[in-house]
Amino acid sequence: MTAAASIQQTALNAGRQPLLSVRGVKTYYGNIIALKGVDMDVHEGEIVTLIGANGAGKSTLMMTIFGNPRAREGTITYQGRDITKMPTHEIAHLSIAQSPEGRRIFPRMTVFENLQMGASINGMAHFDQDLERVCTLFPRLKERLQQRGGTLSGGEQQMLAIARALMSRPKLLLLDEPSLGLAPLIVKQIFDIIKELNEKDGMTVFLVEQNAYHALKLAHRGYVMVTGNITMSGTGKELLNDPQVRAAYLEGGH
Amino acid sequence: MEIFVQQLINGLTLGSIYGLIAIGYTMVFGIIGMVNFAHGDVFMLSAFIALIFFLILTTWLGISSVVLALFIVLIIAMVLTSLWGWAIERVAYRPLRGSFRLAPLISAIGVSIFLSNFVQVAQGARNKPTPPMIRDVIVLFQGESGYNVAISYKQIIIMVVTAVLLTIFWYVVQKTSLGRAQRACEQDRKMAALLGINVDRTISLTFVIGASLAAVAGTMYLLYYGVVSFADGFVPGVKAFTAAVLGGIGSLPGAVLGGLIIGLIETFWSAYFSIEYKDVAAFSILAIVLIFMPSGILGRPEVEKV
Ligand SMILES: Nc1ncnc2c1ncn2[C@@H]1O[C@H](COP(=O)(O)OP(=O)(O)OP(=O)(O)O)[C@@H](O)[C@H]1O
Ligand SMILES: [Mg+2]
Repeated sequence: MTAAASIQQTALNAGRQPLLSVRGVKTYYGNIIALKGVDMDVHEGEIVTLIGANGAGKSTLMMTIFGNPRAREGTITYQGRDITKMPTHEIAHLSIAQSPEGRRIFPRMTVFENLQMGASINGMAHFDQDLERVCTLFPRLKERLQQRGGTLSGGEQQMLAIARALMSRPKLLLLDEPSLGLAPLIVKQIFDIIKELNEKDGMTVFLVEQNAYHALKLAHRGYVMVTGNITMSGTGKELLNDPQVRAAYLEGGH
Repeated sequence: MEIFVQQLINGLTLGSIYGLIAIGYTMVFGIIGMVNFAHGDVFMLSAFIALIFFLILTTWLGISSVVLALFIVLIIAMVLTSLWGWAIERVAYRPLRGSFRLAPLISAIGVSIFLSNFVQVAQGARNKPTPPMIRDVIVLFQGESGYNVAISYKQIIIMVVTAVLLTIFWYVVQKTSLGRAQRACEQDRKMAALLGINVDRTISLTFVIGASLAAVAGTMYLLYYGVVSFADGFVPGVKAFTAAVLGGIGSLPGAVLGGLIIGLIETFWSAYFSIEYKDVAAFSILAIVLIFMPSGILGRPEVEKV
């Protein structure tokens, strides 16, 4: 994306109501505070990335959006609707899907059944079509439809987690470190797929990544999280060129 | 030889009943990691429901076909017992979810005591007999010593009903979206919720399925023995629990296999050794299994690559 385009994007966003909006969210684990008042927006059609060191609270934010753990303070709004106190399974029905940290594949279900689980929200309405699509995106899964999830390799499980999230045709896709444990070539593939989903299908993507270089290059906008606070935000390009971001997350290679 | 075949038939009949109860233990354990100590009493309760409705149907409503009456009784017992199972989970276990591990276990023991006392107060402490139901037997062959090997109509009914219901049950769990949601919650509740599954409702469903299979067992038990008492939840309950552990707790085929094995051990022990010690035999197995094979015959080992 060119600088002009990203400025245009930011300008476009200014007047619109965000698809997902997080305001002053505080999340605790017991008495320990993990999110200390997070503000963040994701607009329709965007790829937004969240970067930060281990333990910063990125996964906590992703799960807080789904109400597990629940935000103790602040509000989370989706499509103008307050979802802060909504049960997790109902949030899933608003066409938000997540490929969570740790992948969480159902180990004693086959790949096929895991994908069926992903499609259960829309009652398997276009299951065959969507199965076809994820099998095209991830040919490795196609060969393994009858294999049990628990016996897949780490990378295959990662692919399955993303594929499963796609089966519900989400409007907003949350991806928690999709490149974790994948070979560089596959990482590139995954990022290409995210880009394609965004550009072709208009899917909005919120992406947590350790791989800051790739993520910021791909994303329209990004946020930086440090120990439960958002400390910086900007377009992907801005953050990529920011000396502080470079020093903390990019030095030492991509 | 004749005795062996006869005991095989008897053992499989009894084992079917244990297997049906064992599924309830194993499913609940699988999904919320709790031993539902009240399950044996739910089984006992269902036998009473079956008895009451059998009497209503045959004496008041004058249904003369015993098979028809039994069929209606089975349906009613399954429905009413399911409601009990559902209510018990709502009242006694769900409020304790998320509290310390022993809390629901203690609550379950409380429910167990409540149910057996409730039935004792409502129905009296004495054994309740049914009118004689189905007495016909088929003599399979006659042994040289004059000992007849026979299978009774009752036994045929019990085995057929069990087989049919287990098939339906298996289909529901393996092939329907309800069953898939159930298995998903069993494997990862948090992920299931992220995929839009209502976890609380799925847990309720598990109790309903477990209770309705216990009701099948209760009805078959009543048919087989023709008598039931308020205390009958305990021993069959513990044996079914033993069956679930023996088969590998959490495993559905394991529960059925365990039930059949326990049924066979019990009848063979009675026939060849001593009938007084048949319960001891079953419980010794529980102890031995727990020591040497803690994950059971078809159970999965604790560690799993995820
Ligand atoms: N279930 C939990 N109970 C208690 N503390 C938790 C729990 N989950 C996370 N934490 C703590 O909350 C903080 C934020 O964790 P989180 O998983 O959100 O970090 P993260 O940014 O996703 O890190 P990573 O990049 O390593 O995945 C950490 O200090 C972590 O130890
Ligand atoms: Mg994380």
